[in-house]
Amino acid sequence: MVPPMAESFEITDEMRSLIGIESDPWTYEVTTTSVRAFARGVGYTDPVYFDLEAAKAAGYASLPAPPTYLGTAVFIPGRSNDTFSGPKATGPQLNPRDYGLDGLLDGGTETVYERQIVAGDVLTVTSRLSALTTRASKGLGVMLISTSETEARDASDGSLVATQRAQAIFY
Amino acid sequence: MPTFADVNVGDELPELTKAPDRSQLVKYAAGSGDYNPLHFDPDFPQAIQIGDNIIHGRMKYASLGELVANWVGPSGWVRAIACQYRGMDMRGATFTCKGVVTAKREEDGRKLVDLDIWTEDAKGAKTTPGTATVVLNG
Repeated sequence: MVPPMAESFEITDEMRSLIGIESDPWTYEVTTTSVRAFARGVGYTDPVYFDLEAAKAAGYASLPAPPTYLGTAVFIPGRSNDTFSGPKATGPQLNPRDYGLDGLLDGGTETVYERQIVAGDVLTVTSRLSALTTRASKGLGVMLISTSETEARDASDGSLVATQRAQAIFY
Repeated sequence: MPTFADVNVGDELPELTKAPDRSQLVKYAAGSGDYNPLHFDPDFPQAIQIGDNIIHGRMKYASLGELVANWVGPSGWVRAIACQYRGMDMRGATFTCKGVVTAKREEDGRKLVDLDIWTEDAKGAKTTPGTATVVLNG
């Protein structure tokens, strides 16, 4: 079955009202096991991401988190997103499927770190929808582009560890 | 490992080439928690529509992170990394991560190096252009 394309699509006031609403905080534990799993998934071969002795010899307190990794994808049945793990966003939701937009692509990602994340860090993460725009595409019809902003703070002292902006494309 | 004094604008990072097969895409799904079937299930409707499973954009982002991390090593850390997913790369397709130094600057006592980074497909198209900033310890 090939899904239909959206021929026309407009952002409604109801959708705009979702911008800025902050999610409930979610705890991400960065662990040696989760760092290894991420590094293996990307295809790293440097032992500092896998072997504690190698990491310590290189000067890290524990296994360093590779860039683009923010924390374990914590999955809790009923409380996490089934497909993308992590938390289900709280409050009223953007539901592009209700508007005939069944497809999803990643548009872009930007992460700014305040320090190196290492296994043993516990991060408190909140996110919010920060922008909605549309774009016409020849192949995929009218697309909805949503930008979300995620903040990760050190759970022990509340200091900012990382900020991430991500664009999702619904079509 | 790079030192701030020795890094020059125009320096190229050692390239990193990948061709993730379905097994690798499953490993990335497990490591990242992104189980969108678009990336590994050949029967998923959007995969049929597109023609095959596509490599996670975030896996290309992570590969650009690996490119930069391999270059910096323990002599510094990645301050910022960003990319845009402009073109799809299909399961099994070869892509190469590349980077070049665009600026050196000192800010708040930190020694910063700015980079242009990107992935190139087999035809030379930049499917995932981006930027990064690293902090060098010395």
